[in-house]
Amino acid sequence: MKRATWLIGAVILVSIITLILLRPFPFLFYPDLPYIGFLGRALYIVILACILCLYRIWRGPTGADRIVAIDILGIMIVGLCAILTVSTGRSWYIDIGIAWALQSFISTLALSKYLEGRGFDE
Amino acid sequence: MKSKIVLFLVAYLVWALLNWAPDWQHLLVGIFIAWFVAFMTGDLFITRPHILKHPQRYWYFLVEYLPKFLWECLKANVDVAYRVLHPDLPINPGIVKVKTTLKADTALTFLANSITLTPGTLSVDIDRDNGVLYVHWIDVKEKDVEAATKIIVERFEKMLRKVFE
Amino acid sequence: MSNIIGLIFISIGFAFDVFGCLGLVRLPDVYNRLQAATKCVTLGTCSILFGTFLIVGLTSAGIKALLCIIFLILTSPVAAHAIARGAHRAGVKLWEGSVIDRYAEDKEGEA
Repeated sequence: MKRATWLIGAVILVSIITLILLRPFPFLFYPDLPYIGFLGRALYIVILACILCLYRIWRGPTGADRIVAIDILGIMIVGLCAILTVSTGRSWYIDIGIAWALQSFISTLALSKYLEGRGFDE
Repeated sequence: MKSKIVLFLVAYLVWALLNWAPDWQHLLVGIFIAWFVAFMTGDLFITRPHILKHPQRYWYFLVEYLPKFLWECLKANVDVAYRVLHPDLPINPGIVKVKTTLKADTALTFLANSITLTPGTLSVDIDRDNGVLYVHWIDVKEKDVEAATKIIVERFEKMLRKVFE
Repeated sequence: MSNIIGLIFISIGFAFDVFGCLGLVRLPDVYNRLQAATKCVTLGTCSILFGTFLIVGLTSAGIKALLCIIFLILTSPVAAHAIARGAHRAGVKLWEGSVIDRYAEDKEGEA
């Protein structure tokens, strides 16, 4: 039973990734920049990972699970900004990445303090 | 005072790297901003500035600690990927207790970070007075305190003592 | 040449990001999820940023990518440590298959 569900999940995931890599998606970017084909498709793989994170935020049994997923989502958006820097050629996306990393770290610390059930003044 | 000067230099370096390629206007504004940061938060971060003067500590940090840390980090990722992709989820988790003899704050922080990023372990809490770390281990091999200490902590403890104490 | 090496680094980063999020979905309790997700996603994102640095070169964006790598490696274990400690103090139980919990034993002894 466990093996059967594993097999079904693996087939679905591999087929989605193959579909992303083979089928030409509509790109958000300029078609004349280099590596746009590979990076423009691989961007959708990171979005797939973000959707897996969103599943854990939606369906987390406890609050701690949701906080973990929010933290991981913040780190992954930094990677997304780095890929956008390469594929669009606009260097200010990495500034958004740095600011997002700082803000995500501080918000995670605040949320974990809140989870611990004590005040913020310690 | 010494720690404020060190923090000023670090903040100025980060400012200059964030405004790459530097020109004189950015560098002039950076002096004021780095001075302000050092003046406000100078004695919070660096409490023992005298250990920054020994050049062999930098040497040990760069040559011994950093390559070992990166190698263990890579091994940890392959290990976690194997456990996640295996159909039966081969995990055997638990929280064990390990002892450490490090005393300084910076060394304990780096030890906890190294434990978190190395294969199968995650530091949960530190009891600084007794020198005890509580570590969540995804595949418990030893329940005893001494044996777990030998496996988890001793990879890094010797190097970190050379670097930070 | 450095472009191709950068693309290889970015591909490794994608793979580890997906593995980390898969671990977030599959593993049974908070602490195991935290282990898988923190390790895999931190190394994956650092690998993507390093690939970006190799492709962009030593310009302002490349230097910022290197600073971002240092910042992520320093902060993400601290965040994981804070979440684990907060979850254990808030009373989140370990998975039923767990072997041992020394932390709960010691805390009961104190109280």
